[in-house]
Amino acid sequence: MLYARLIVSRLFKAVIVLFMIIIFNFFLIQMAPGDPAAILAGEAGATDAEFLRQLTERFGLDQPLHVQLWRYVSGVAMLDFGFSYRQQVPVLDLILARLPATLLLTGTAFVLSLVLGIVAGSLAAARVKKPSGSLIMALALVFYATPLFWVALMAVVLFSVYLDWLPAYGMYTVGAGLEGFAFALDVGKHLILPATTLALFFMAIYTRMTRASMLEAAQQDFVKTARAKGLKNSVIQRRHILRNALLPIITLAGLQAGQMVGGAILTETVFAWPGIGRLMFEALQQRDYNLLLGIFFFSAALVIVFNIITDLVYRLADPRIKEAS
Amino acid sequence: MKTPLAIAIAAAFTASSAFAEEPKAGGTIDTIIQPEPPGLVLGMIQNAPTRTVAGNIYEGLLRYTTDLEPQPQLAESWEVSDDGRTWTFHLREDVTWHDGEPFTAEDVVFSADVFHRELNPSARAVLQHVEAIEATDDHTVVFTLEKPFGPFLISFEAGTFTMVPKHIYEGTEFRDNEANNHPIGTGPFKFDNWDRGTVIQLVKNEDYYEEDLPYLDGINWHIIPDGASRAVAYENGTVDVLPYGTVENFDIPRLTELDNTCVTEQGHEYFSPFAMLWMNNREGPTADKRFRQAVMYAMDREFARDVLWNGLGQVPLGAFGSNARFQNDDLEPYDHDPDRARELLDEMGYDGEEVRLLPLPYGETWTRWAEAVQQNLKEVGINVRTEATDVGGWNQRLGDWDYDLAFTYLYQYGDPALGISRTYLSSNIEKGSPWNNVEGYENERVDELFDQAATAFPDEEREALYHEVQEILQEDVPVGWLLELGFPTIYRCDVKNLVTSGVGVNDGFKDAWLDR
Repeated sequence: MLYARLIVSRLFKAVIVLFMIIIFNFFLIQMAPGDPAAILAGEAGATDAEFLRQLTERFGLDQPLHVQLWRYVSGVAMLDFGFSYRQQVPVLDLILARLPATLLLTGTAFVLSLVLGIVAGSLAAARVKKPSGSLIMALALVFYATPLFWVALMAVVLFSVYLDWLPAYGMYTVGAGLEGFAFALDVGKHLILPATTLALFFMAIYTRMTRASMLEAAQQDFVKTARAKGLKNSVIQRRHILRNALLPIITLAGLQAGQMVGGAILTETVFAWPGIGRLMFEALQQRDYNLLLGIFFFSAALVIVFNIITDLVYRLADPRIKEAS
Repeated sequence: MKTPLAIAIAAAFTASSAFAEEPKAGGTIDTIIQPEPPGLVLGMIQNAPTRTVAGNIYEGLLRYTTDLEPQPQLAESWEVSDDGRTWTFHLREDVTWHDGEPFTAEDVVFSADVFHRELNPSARAVLQHVEAIEATDDHTVVFTLEKPFGPFLISFEAGTFTMVPKHIYEGTEFRDNEANNHPIGTGPFKFDNWDRGTVIQLVKNEDYYEEDLPYLDGINWHIIPDGASRAVAYENGTVDVLPYGTVENFDIPRLTELDNTCVTEQGHEYFSPFAMLWMNNREGPTADKRFRQAVMYAMDREFARDVLWNGLGQVPLGAFGSNARFQNDDLEPYDHDPDRARELLDEMGYDGEEVRLLPLPYGETWTRWAEAVQQNLKEVGINVRTEATDVGGWNQRLGDWDYDLAFTYLYQYGDPALGISRTYLSSNIEKGSPWNNVEGYENERVDELFDQAATAFPDEEREALYHEVQEILQEDVPVGWLLELGFPTIYRCDVKNLVTSGVGVNDGFKDAWLDR
C-alpha cells in the first residue's frame, strides 16, 4: 500500500518534470546556431532559394516559435514526435528501431560492470593490505583514467586485427544470413568488445566505491560485535559489511542505469554499433531538431524511471528508509 | 614536387590499361558508405552518399568517361539542331524499371519537367534554360532551349538528372511517397535491404538491358561511423573498396602499402572538388584587392598538397580548375612569394587588424590545413584568429557573412556555367546560404561575360569569353584558390574495372568484377 502511494505520487511528479524538460529542451535547441534546412542544402552541394524555402516550410520552421512549440508539445502528448528532417521517417520509428541495440549493449555493460565491480571491490576490501588488493585497485585506477575511445581502439587492434578472435565492428555479420541460435551467437560475439569496453569505466568506479564503503562499514561497532560472536570472516564480509555498504552503490547504479539510452555514443561510434547514441550525435550535427528532441525525451524518461526504481530499491536494501518516510 | 604515392598512382594508370582480361561473373562486394545517406531516391536527395549508393540503382540518359565525354546510357543516340536550341534524344527500347514496367519517353518528360523542376536545385539550374520537353514518340524526347546552353549535354549524369518512374510518382506527394523506402530505378543493381546504422544491400538486376552486366551478384554498403574503424575494416579484409572520403587522409599512405591494394585518383572528374578560401569582399582588410592578392602569395599551397593531402590533387592556376573546360593557361600564377605579399600589405597600409579564419568542420585534415594557412599568413604579418565551429555554426556564419576568411570546397560539375560562375555572379548574392556568392564580389563586366558565355554557341565563342573573365578574376582575387582535391579510391587489386566513369564508384559497380 505504501509502495503504491509512493509510486503514484512519484509518477505524477515525473509527468510534470518531463513536461518541463520538453519545454526546456525545445528552447535549448533553438539557441544552437545553424538551421537544418541550410545544413541539408549544404550536403546536397547545390542549392537555390526555392529549395531552402521548400524545406523550411515542410519542417514548419517558417512558423513563429510559439506555434512550433505548441505543435510539438501537443504532438508529444499523443506520442507523435514528428518527422526526422534528414531521414524523412517518423522519429518514433527511428528511435524504436535503434532502442533494442542500445539497450542490449548498455544493459550488458551495466550488469557486467555492476557484478564484476562489486566482486572486485569486495575482494579488494578483504585484502586491504595485501598485494592482491593493491593490484585490483591499481587496475581499477587504470581503467578509470584511460579514455574510453582509446581502450576501444586498442581492443580492436589487439582482438580483431592482431589476434583475429572477435569481429571489429557492427552488430552481426552482414551477408551471412544467420538465423535463430546461430544469429544470437553471432550477435553475442559482436557484443563482447563494445560491452566490455563500455563496462570497464563503471566497473572501476564500482570497485573503488565498494571497497571504500566496505572499509568504512568495517570500522563500525556492529562488526566488532559480529567478530566477538565468532562469526566466520566471509559471513561478516558478505552479510554485515557489504550489505551496509550497498547504499552508495545503489545510488551510482541508478545514475548509470539512467544513462543507458544516450550514454554510449563513443562506444557505438567506434564499434559501429547501430544504437541511439550515434543517432543522437548525427542528429545534433544535422540540427535534426525533431529527432534530437525525441531522443532527449526518451533519455529523460529513462532517467526518471530509474530514479523511481532506485528509490524503491533503497527501501528493499535498507528498511530504515521506509520507516523514516 | 610529387610524392611517392602520387607517382605510384600515375604508374598504376599506365599499367592497368596495358592488358585486358576476360571478366568473371559472380561474387558480392563489400564496401563502405560514409556518412549514412538520408535516403536513396536520387533527384529528391542529391548529397554525396546518396549519389554514391543510388547511382548504381538509378540511371541518367547519358554517362560520362573520365574525360567527361558523353556516352550512351538510357539514350542510345542524340543530336542537336544547327542553332543549338533543339536537342533530340533517342532512347533504348529494351529498358524496364525494377518493377517490370517499361521505361519510355514519358518517364523522361515526367522526371525532367515535373519531378526535377519541383525538387532538384541542381537540375533546376539547367532546366531554367529549357523551354519545352516533349515526347515525340515512345522512345524519342526533344528538349527545346530558349537559347543555346553550353553545359546542356554534360547535365545528364544519373545524380543530377535522375530518371524516376512516372507510374510510381505521378500525382503523389513526392516526398511522402511510400516507394521512397524501396527505390525503383533502371540501373544494374536493385535495392534489397537497408538496416539503418548497419548496412545497405543492393542485388544484381537480372533483367538488366546491357548484355552480361552487371558481373557482381550484389553490393553491401557497410555503415561505420568512425574513421579508424573504417580503416580496420579494410585492413582485416571485411571490405574490399574504400570510396573517396571514407578514410582519414593520414591513413591513406599506410593503407595503400598493404598487399593486394590498388589506388586510383580517377573517377571524380565530374565533381572535381575545388577547395577555396572565402574572403569577405565587403568589409575589413579583405575588402582590399591587394590584401587578397597578398593572401594568395603568402600561402604555400604546394606544401599543403604534399604534406596534408599526400601529394594528391593539383594546385590551381586560378578560378578554373584543370577539369573545367575553357581553362586559360596564360594567367600570371600566384606562386608562394612571402616578400611580394609583404610589399602588397605595405602598399595598402595594412595596420595589423585582426582577421577571423573559419576552418571547414569536416575532419582532421581541414583543421590542420587551417593551421598551416594561419602560419603562412602570420609569416607575412597578417594577424589571424581561428574560430572553429561545427557544421551548423559554419553554415550560419557564412550565410550571415559573419567571417573574414573561411575554407570551403565546391564541385565544378564539368562546366564553368554550372560549377564556377555561381561563385562570382553578383546576381547570386543572397544572405542565408553558404553556397552562393558568399564573398560578395560584384563586377559588372564579370557578370556580363559569364552570362554571355553560358549561352554562347558554339564552343569557340564561349572560350574567348571565359578566357577574358579569368583574366579579370585573376587580378581581383574574389576568393582564394587553394587546391583541386584529389580523392583517391582504395581497393583490392583483384576488384577489376571499378572506376570507368567520371563519377567513379557512383556508377562504377556496373562494370566491376572480381578476379577470385
